[in-house]
Amino acid sequence: MNPIVSIKKMSKTYKGGQQALREVSLDIQKGEILALLGPNGAGKTTLISAICGLIETDSGTITVAGFDIVKDYRQTRTLIGLVPQEITLEPFETVFNTVRFSRGLFGKPKDPEYIEEILKRLSLWDKKDSAIRELSGGMKRRVLIAKALSHEPQVLFLDEPTAGVDVELRRDMWQTVRQLQSSGVTIILTTHYIEEAEAIADRVGVISDGRLLLAEEKTTLMKRMGKKQLRIELQSALKEIPSALENYKLELAEDGCSLQYTYDTGQDRTGVTRLFADLSKAGIHIRDVHTSQSSLEEIFVDLVKESA
Amino acid sequence: MNLRAVRAIYIYEMSRTFRTLAQSLLSPVLSTSLYFIVFGAAIGSRIQEVDGVSYGAFIVPGLIMLTVITQSVTNAAFGIYFPKFIGTIFELLSAPISFLEIVLGYVGAAATKSFIIGVIILVTANLFVDLHITHPFWMIAFLALTCISFSLLGFIIGIWANNFEQLQLVPLLVITPLVFLGGSFYSISMLPPLWQTVTLFNPIVYLVSGFRWSFYENADVAVGVSLAMITLFLGLCLSVIWWIFKTGYKIRN
Repeated sequence: MNPIVSIKKMSKTYKGGQQALREVSLDIQKGEILALLGPNGAGKTTLISAICGLIETDSGTITVAGFDIVKDYRQTRTLIGLVPQEITLEPFETVFNTVRFSRGLFGKPKDPEYIEEILKRLSLWDKKDSAIRELSGGMKRRVLIAKALSHEPQVLFLDEPTAGVDVELRRDMWQTVRQLQSSGVTIILTTHYIEEAEAIADRVGVISDGRLLLAEEKTTLMKRMGKKQLRIELQSALKEIPSALENYKLELAEDGCSLQYTYDTGQDRTGVTRLFADLSKAGIHIRDVHTSQSSLEEIFVDLVKESA
Repeated sequence: MNLRAVRAIYIYEMSRTFRTLAQSLLSPVLSTSLYFIVFGAAIGSRIQEVDGVSYGAFIVPGLIMLTVITQSVTNAAFGIYFPKFIGTIFELLSAPISFLEIVLGYVGAAATKSFIIGVIILVTANLFVDLHITHPFWMIAFLALTCISFSLLGFIIGIWANNFEQLQLVPLLVITPLVFLGGSFYSISMLPPLWQTVTLFNPIVYLVSGFRWSFYENADVAVGVSLAMITLFLGLCLSVIWWIFKTGYKIRN
């Protein structure tokens, strides 16, 4: 299947000399939710801005549904909706008017029913005649989404959609994003909340210092890079790890009451059965066991550390 | 051509005007009426006719020009500066529209607004003095060309300005003095010869003169020269805008 968005070797250096993107290549598939994860200043917003035509790039090409974003900008921009990071709305305008304006700006004919549908879907319908300045922060963010959806885009970019949003509203936003995906919209969101990527993304791209370190299915990523820890609580404290267990690279807790074994879930043999047998041979009695899997956060921190 | 986008911008900008009707339309009418009371009735009654026209009637074209030029510049400058200031310009830049369409929408709305104000002032003036328009077609043409040219200039200022202070700077320090010294309230033949020559470097002189000619058929400079000058000014503004959009000056960075 042809990707809906295809980025090839894109680089961007700002006037001040800051290199924001370094030869980024990325294909985005139709209908997926891709989370671009990265620390502040990694280049996430620059990448989105370039695709949407807000900034010019130095090199590389970007196509949307096969159209070049520079040469065929009218086609590509009609397909794209952008929800910016900052809340940028005209304070004195009403919700309905501002959404209608966006639809017109993107060259679509008037369709009050469609705007009504979006506003209802985003729980904004009863505020349609309110001036933007009268709305709460969460509502304003939803108005931005309504504006971005007003021209029925196929690809929606959400730049930090839940930055500074409370937990409940964040979950609402995730719900909205999933609904949009089920209506056939491809969604690319940037975030520095790993929890967010973990909760809603199908695929995760990690950006650091202008480089796309990887872009993989979330589950594959976690499986591939995921390490699992097995904590074994002991009946009686150990002073040191017996030499027979050296190969397992166990870590003994300070109080000597538990051992920690780290293994890779991606491997065929995890060595757990053998470890238990060897523990028994060494006369060590087990009181309890716990396992824990490394989160996307740990994977992310490791990746960013490696690239630095 | 994305005409729907042009229309959307135009309607959006015009609706802002109607939302702030009092300050948009009422204040220029009020200030013009004050000019008429002070210059037309109080002082004007003691001034002899200028080129066969009563002083009250003589200043009408100049007054309209004064307001229309100032309004065009400030409206268009504010129209494009405001989205830049609050950040909504991202939407314009990410929309499938060309810069020409952006200019058409914003400048069209600003010019329409100034044109309406010009007509309202004309009607208001008619209440104070006897007006006679000899060349209505040319009167409208001069008015429209002035509204468009100075709205283009305002658009350029709005793109250039980094803060509200700069936004006010050009209208305050350049436009207002030029309009006042451009023969709005006097015929340049009243000036000493040296100042008459200096005044000819003021582009506003040609506008006011041509506009006044369409009313009373008397002008400080030949009407053809007036027309050429305003066309030149229009062309100059268009070239600057073309350059701004070609280079992305202060927009895409």
